[in-house]
Amino acid sequence: MTRYVRRFSRTERAFHWTNALFFFVLLASGLVLYLPSLEVAVGRRALVKDVHFWTGVAWPIALALVALAGDRRGLLGTAREIDVFDRDDLRWLAGHRRAPQGRFNAGQKLNAALTAAVTVLFVVSGLLLWLGERDTRLRFASTVVLHDGLFFAAIALLAGHLYLAVIHPATRHALRGMTVGTVSEEWAAHHHAKWKPQ
Amino acid sequence: MEREPRPLPSETPRDRLPVGRGVFLATVAGGVSSLLWGKAVWSRVSGAVAPVAETLVPVLPSSGWRIYSVADHLPTFDAASWRLTVTGLVGSPISLDYGALRALPRVEQVSAFHCVTGWTVKNVRWAGVRVADVIGPARPKAGAHALHFVSAENPYHDYLTLEQARLHDVLLAYEMDGKPLSRGHGAPLRLVIPEMYGYKNVKWLERIELVPSVEDGYWEALGYDRDAWVGRSNGYGT
Repeated sequence: MTRYVRRFSRTERAFHWTNALFFFVLLASGLVLYLPSLEVAVGRRALVKDVHFWTGVAWPIALALVALAGDRRGLLGTAREIDVFDRDDLRWLAGHRRAPQGRFNAGQKLNAALTAAVTVLFVVSGLLLWLGERDTRLRFASTVVLHDGLFFAAIALLAGHLYLAVIHPATRHALRGMTVGTVSEEWAAHHHAKWKPQ
Repeated sequence: MEREPRPLPSETPRDRLPVGRGVFLATVAGGVSSLLWGKAVWSRVSGAVAPVAETLVPVLPSSGWRIYSVADHLPTFDAASWRLTVTGLVGSPISLDYGALRALPRVEQVSAFHCVTGWTVKNVRWAGVRVADVIGPARPKAGAHALHFVSAENPYHDYLTLEQARLHDVLLAYEMDGKPLSRGHGAPLRLVIPEMYGYKNVKWLERIELVPSVEDGYWEALGYDRDAWVGRSNGYGT
């Protein structure tokens, strides 16, 4: 019989899925604003723009509320785990995939750090686009280049993340860690040898 | 090396590196700094990157165009019922159908298109007619000093002085890059004034009114400059 160990707390899962929900609403509305074919087909640019903007404003607020209402200490501990790389993490990044990993492997830590940075930059550049329409002092010719570039960076991160979480046979077992919260003890021992589940 | 016993895990300071925050902070700093260099770098590399990207993913904004609109639906062009009218301070108002428009002297030009939000499309091939060839037959009166361009996309409209409309590269365009103007680009007729930002380049043009002076158009009423010179208006280059 398979034994399961807890990998992600309820707060961690709520944080992840809140982020995913807001990201997909922003992606869908952003694509309508960005792609000429969708813009011509859908129209209603003012409405789509409002949905996109206010979803973007609510995004960091929603994440903050999840953290405040949930286990913030636990989340801070998660952030610390993502921050700290030990020698095995560096060896893992250098291609030694057998280097024993903690609850997060080095690639997952990098993905989390980059995703957080992209989120911050999306919010900052999005706010600047909005404010720049209202105040010429906040209008920069490169804001739209940054926001577009972030879109491509986010798509690349998302594609890699979805591939590993849903398709890749060796790693897709991890998906249940983010849905029901647990992964098999055997899988954890193999992929995250240094992690000691409580 | 792999077989040597590893040192005890993780407790020396050198073995606990804050790489995560380093990656986060470097990415945020790089992104924020790109507000200063992003467009300059992108305009150098876009010539090589954009055609490849568009070939791989054909729905990407071709050569950098974005389609902006203000109404719920983009106007639809019907060649049978479409008319361009010239009204206002004129001796004889006129109404052109699409065939009559295409029968006017054709001019072609290649010019860049700059949006006030920061994107630029270089080397757009336009074909169309000069403003003077359209309004001339209506015999503008002496008191007319400006043109009011009214779009079929209600409530979009904008103004140019007669002097601005006489600039050598101002065009009423019905073709773009060798094809009739597409719906998103203002079919069948749009104003093109390359020296001003895109919001002055009224799409879905259906009426030109001769008026005594320039007033606020759609975007000017929201705080944008009436004289939208590229690089020296709307907060740029000032």
